[in-house]
Amino acid sequence: MPFVNWLKRRLVVIAGLLTLGYLLLPNVIVTVFSFNKPKGRFNYQWQQFSTDAWKDPCGVAGMCGSLGISLQIALWATVGATLLGTMIAFALVRYRFRARAAVNSLIFLPMAMPEVVMAASLLTLFLNMGAQLGFWTILIAHIMFCLSFVVVAVKARVMSMDPRLEEAARDLYASPAQTFLRVTLPIAAPGIAAGALLSFALSFDDFIITNFNAGSTVTFPMFVWGSAQRGTPVQINVIGTAMFLVAVLLVLASMLITNRRTRQKA
Amino acid sequence: MTAVTEAPPPLAPTTPGKKPPRRRGRLTPYWLLLPGMLWLVVFFALPMIYQASTSVQQGSLEEGYKVTWHFVTYWDALSEYWPQFLRSVMYAASATVLCLLLGYPLAYLIAFRAGRWRNLIMILVIAPFFTSFLIRTLAWKTILADGGPVVGALNALHVLDVTNWLGWTAGDRVLATPLAVVCGLTYNFLPFMILPLYTSLERIDGRLHEAAGDLYARPWTTFRKVTFPLSMPGVVSGTLLTFIPAAGDYVNAELLGSTDTRMIGNVIQTQFLRILDYPTAAALSFILMAAILLMVTIYIRKSGTEDLV
Repeated sequence: MPFVNWLKRRLVVIAGLLTLGYLLLPNVIVTVFSFNKPKGRFNYQWQQFSTDAWKDPCGVAGMCGSLGISLQIALWATVGATLLGTMIAFALVRYRFRARAAVNSLIFLPMAMPEVVMAASLLTLFLNMGAQLGFWTILIAHIMFCLSFVVVAVKARVMSMDPRLEEAARDLYASPAQTFLRVTLPIAAPGIAAGALLSFALSFDDFIITNFNAGSTVTFPMFVWGSAQRGTPVQINVIGTAMFLVAVLLVLASMLITNRRTRQKA
Repeated sequence: MTAVTEAPPPLAPTTPGKKPPRRRGRLTPYWLLLPGMLWLVVFFALPMIYQASTSVQQGSLEEGYKVTWHFVTYWDALSEYWPQFLRSVMYAASATVLCLLLGYPLAYLIAFRAGRWRNLIMILVIAPFFTSFLIRTLAWKTILADGGPVVGALNALHVLDVTNWLGWTAGDRVLATPLAVVCGLTYNFLPFMILPLYTSLERIDGRLHEAAGDLYARPWTTFRKVTFPLSMPGVVSGTLLTFIPAAGDYVNAELLGSTDTRMIGNVIQTQFLRILDYPTAAALSFILMAAILLMVTIYIRKSGTEDLV
């Protein structure tokens, strides 16, 4: 039974590729339906090919504005979370101090908590303080839940770093500031970059915590959520497709650059 | 050492001698920790306390709330919403099992079989993250549409007869049934299963497989006795990363389900944002938190991997 044997040997590959298909199918649908011309308010059924939405991506009231708000929040949340998270990661790896267990669990818990719990409790805090819900409350919440992920990413990188490199810098009379800027930071940079990228993606795509703490501010995910009730414009799919393409192209470009660099070195 | 401290250099007040930097060094970790920890204490830990306090308050929106240690709220909330709690656990558990079954082959493929395609497949696993998950979840409405090709195929293969019998679907529909919600949950949290699985599979020494083969283990035995046990850390963190967010999710149940598939997240959201019954909402959220922390602790104890961070 050569066919059965062939199938047996490739069972894992076939199952894996089927899962990959399951993961990518919605993206294919999003892309295809960005060229749709739907009848009625909802873009769930294929009608006919059209490039109208691509020609006028901001043609829906409020959508590009919400996209701008989301980008702003994601940017500042990334800056804040990366800064605070990197500092914590360095403290955890490089120093001995009391209450390490408490610090560790305070960093772990936000990642182990369902979003809706954090969202609801943060809202009770803001309501109790009488805070005005909006841009700032969203930003505060996003920095809070991105922080832990930055700590994990940076910590992993700094831990795998050879401490002798810094000793060597000190032996060569580098000041602590020079050692940090010229040796430590460049080596930790990939970890910091990974944490920052993750923060940006998490913040930009967050819906549950934002929905609770946004007041009347509308971010892009909230716009999509609202449109699922009122009617989904094709432009949503255009934005979704564009984001996917930009991300894939950026990743491919960075891979090509690192490939070329390693080849040059070799 | 003593020579340095005993001989005061002329610039002693401006340039610190040996002792001050050491003291500064002892405080450095606390300065590094302070801003971030303060943020987490004020905006993560403190809200939990506020929430606990809100859950035992009584009053109304107009007159304000007062702490009256009214624990009956918990009893009322549980007796009214236990079906939603049960449903959340069941949906999240089904989605987690499905994620493990679907994700393991793909993680295995990337770790051992992909060769030069490894990076490309990795990118394809992560790339969907960059399209808003709400847009992607809405795409499932198209995929599972009534009378669509997927539903038609499931019908022709008599899969729907089985799922109807199990109560996962109703009639010729998949949309607005438990199956659709579980399918959406599985889809949304699959990468959170694949990535930790891949990380732990990739660490396995390939020579262990060869050794197992040399000792006449069949491929399946090798997997059962060598590969799978060694990938346990990935399985544990993958299941947690899938189960926890899935149990609290309300997006999939809202977009792909119906009023019969409401999960506890939906109830908390409605109580908080529409009905404005804060004590009940806080109590429900507190119960969810406690239940999940309990389950996670037991699970971690049983599976024996404690260093998650």
